[in-house]
Amino acid sequence: MVALMPPPMVASAQHPMVPRPYTVCGVRRETYDTFTLELGSEHAAEFAFAAGQFNMLYVFGVGEVPISISGNPTQPNVLIHTTREVGAVTRAMRQLSAGDVLGVRGPFGSHWPVEEAAGADVVIVAGGIGLAPLRPALYHILAHRERYGNVILLYGTRTPADILYKKELKQWEAGLRLPVHITVDRAAGAWRGSVGVVTTLIPRASFDPRNTVAMVCGPEVMMRFTARELEKRGVKPENIYVSMERNMKCAVGFCGHCQLGPTFICKDGPVFRWSRIEPLIAVREI
Amino acid sequence: METLEAILAQHPFFDRLEQRYLDLLVGCASNVRFDARQFILREGEEANHFYLIRHGKVALEIFAGHRGPITVETLEDGDIVGWSWLFPPYRWRFDARAVEITRAIALDGKCLRTKSEQDHDLGYELLKRFARIVEERLQATRLQLLDVYEVRS
Amino acid sequence: MMAAASQSATRLQPSTRLVLERNDFEQLLQTLKRRDYRLVGPTVREGAIVYGELDSAADLPVGWTDEQNGGSYRLRRRGDQALFGYVVGPHSAKMFFHPPAVRLWQAKREDRGFQVEEEKSESPRTALIGLRSCDLHAIAVQDRVFLHGPKVDPLYRARRENAFIIAINCGKAGGTCFCVSMNTGPKVTLGFDLALTEVLKDGRHYFVVEAGTERGFEVLSEVPNRPAQDNEVAAADLLVQRTAAQMGRSMETTGIKELLCRSYEHPRWDDVARRCLTCANCTMVCPTCFCTNVEDVTDLTGEHAERWQKWDSCFTMDFSYLHGGSVRPSAKARYRQWMTHKLATWIDQFGSSGCVGCGRCITWCPVGIDITEEVRAIRESERSISTQGANHGNP
Repeated sequence: MVALMPPPMVASAQHPMVPRPYTVCGVRRETYDTFTLELGSEHAAEFAFAAGQFNMLYVFGVGEVPISISGNPTQPNVLIHTTREVGAVTRAMRQLSAGDVLGVRGPFGSHWPVEEAAGADVVIVAGGIGLAPLRPALYHILAHRERYGNVILLYGTRTPADILYKKELKQWEAGLRLPVHITVDRAAGAWRGSVGVVTTLIPRASFDPRNTVAMVCGPEVMMRFTARELEKRGVKPENIYVSMERNMKCAVGFCGHCQLGPTFICKDGPVFRWSRIEPLIAVREI
Repeated sequence: METLEAILAQHPFFDRLEQRYLDLLVGCASNVRFDARQFILREGEEANHFYLIRHGKVALEIFAGHRGPITVETLEDGDIVGWSWLFPPYRWRFDARAVEITRAIALDGKCLRTKSEQDHDLGYELLKRFARIVEERLQATRLQLLDVYEVRS
Repeated sequence: MMAAASQSATRLQPSTRLVLERNDFEQLLQTLKRRDYRLVGPTVREGAIVYGELDSAADLPVGWTDEQNGGSYRLRRRGDQALFGYVVGPHSAKMFFHPPAVRLWQAKREDRGFQVEEEKSESPRTALIGLRSCDLHAIAVQDRVFLHGPKVDPLYRARRENAFIIAINCGKAGGTCFCVSMNTGPKVTLGFDLALTEVLKDGRHYFVVEAGTERGFEVLSEVPNRPAQDNEVAAADLLVQRTAAQMGRSMETTGIKELLCRSYEHPRWDDVARRCLTCANCTMVCPTCFCTNVEDVTDLTGEHAERWQKWDSCFTMDFSYLHGGSVRPSAKARYRQWMTHKLATWIDQFGSSGCVGCGRCITWCPVGIDITEEVRAIRESERSISTQGANHGNP
């Protein structure tokens, strides 16, 4: 994999478990259970990261959780995270407001192959909150649109109310040669779009499987079925990339929690080629 | 302007179907068009046709009483709508409604049913193809049922 | 930790063996104390030989030995006054280099933010006495985790740098030992300041000593010592050879990574799962197990927070908790995870096996599960399948 190493973060503490405090610029509601946190810094490249990486975010006195970065890697003075409210820490994060301070460690992990995909068609398949870790890849690709062939986004959510970044998706589709196909598992009320699982969008999508890089992110079962559908169309498993998740505590390879077979999600992932992951997760409870 | 014959011949659903059966199908086919919100088929009615969507979007709906109509699946370009014409009592179990202007080819299922009873080879070819669609829809529906995006904490 | 020899040829050479008489052993300890090392070594407590602070040689398990087997550990009196006449107990160097609870930092609330106070990367000078070859290999294994990866643990590094190690060449093998199979002993070959072989023979009681580092040699030079004679070296070497021949267990390691990685669905895992209590004893006594939990705590006022690192175990349900459930809910999956990691995927991750053949997991398992037996069972089942296959070809 081509290593796109972001420049080292400014003035990091000596111990890799110490968070750096940053000020919250804003907290924005995305859906009924999902919100976006924005952190700022005066240093122009303070938050340099590669698309697909994650940070450990710490709320003083509450705890620390891993959250994928969902901002624009070409604007590293702002740090953006979109996350679901699922536990004590994310609940506390939801209550923050501009001026509060959040602890940050990172960025950690491997990244989407945005450089490697140059010259190929790119199929991005997002499920639910999985669009958040993919958005930085979309920003990168759209900023260098001419380097890629066909680029499409296939996006599945539970209901229309769960669709993230609605306005942005419309803008991208309108302005930047990015077809966006959205489908929901359950329709509600006035929904006039597609209904059905996101895998149903794959047979019809416009891309050349022989020259395609796929980036898939969402619940594990969704990624598994999506990869299968992509393979059915002829995309090679080594050209399908997924973002894996496991219990994570330290993010620096010391605590042992995030292991998936021989891999550490924090060091070797979270982005992996499907060819590497598929034989591992074929073992139940691995 | 493509002929019906060309459209059918190229469609993956009819791939490798013998020419005489294709000719038969063309004989049973006609172009149709539905406006947005127009019903294509209604639950309970006789199922005599199936449809090959050329362009547009069709919602499979179930009317759920006070919850109103619920779309359980949408079908788009190239999809086949309707298989109840294959099985007794040959009545639709869902509503299908065009979401937007939809152009499709209607195929006379009743006629094909009768011919299939006489020519089992034709019947086998049709059933093979429809079984495939049912299998794919069932898999997709099961995934839908899994509710994978649901939050457990 | 082998320092480059800058002395003349008669001093520090890899093969230089010296003799320290039993009566002068106490001086070695006192020399270390004078240099501000606190002494930590084996001592008898609650029916086991564990590590504790030592004041003098009298605190060592003088005249004690241990009898170990699957799920069984007993102390027994020896007929002599050997200081190190036993093998390893439930403690290992992990207690010091990777302690059960470590505070990583403290922080106090400040306006709407917080101020972090890091732990000083300092550690009191400690002399660890009585480590065995398997222990030293285990330290090297953990060094690969905490010092040689993409990130370095500065607190671990400080503990390592401030430790003086006196290792012991085992004079007997334990009932559950298999260091010979794992190529980790019984002879001490790496990671020590001083290595001693205790000899009780013909009415004499002495130690044949090797210095592994410059500072080891310096400490030794403050204690009466002389070059070892050939017969003394021979006596020491014979002891170690005899130990190597007495191993209580063995494990065939050829192709073990491939063996386990193709055996994820082997029925043996169901078998061991019926016995395993998932009590996590094995992970606590294992000298290479390094998994920890990170705990963020505050005081009642909410003004003061601390982050702690505490020993954890892959045998707990919480260990793999994700999105409302455990990724490994069954005991089978958790035992499989531990053993496959220890013997197979560890090699992919760190370039060596995670197992040093110390046998602690066998001794301290309440139901006596034997990791060498589990590997044997899986290996032999493959052999019997292939034999059956061959027989099917014959009429």
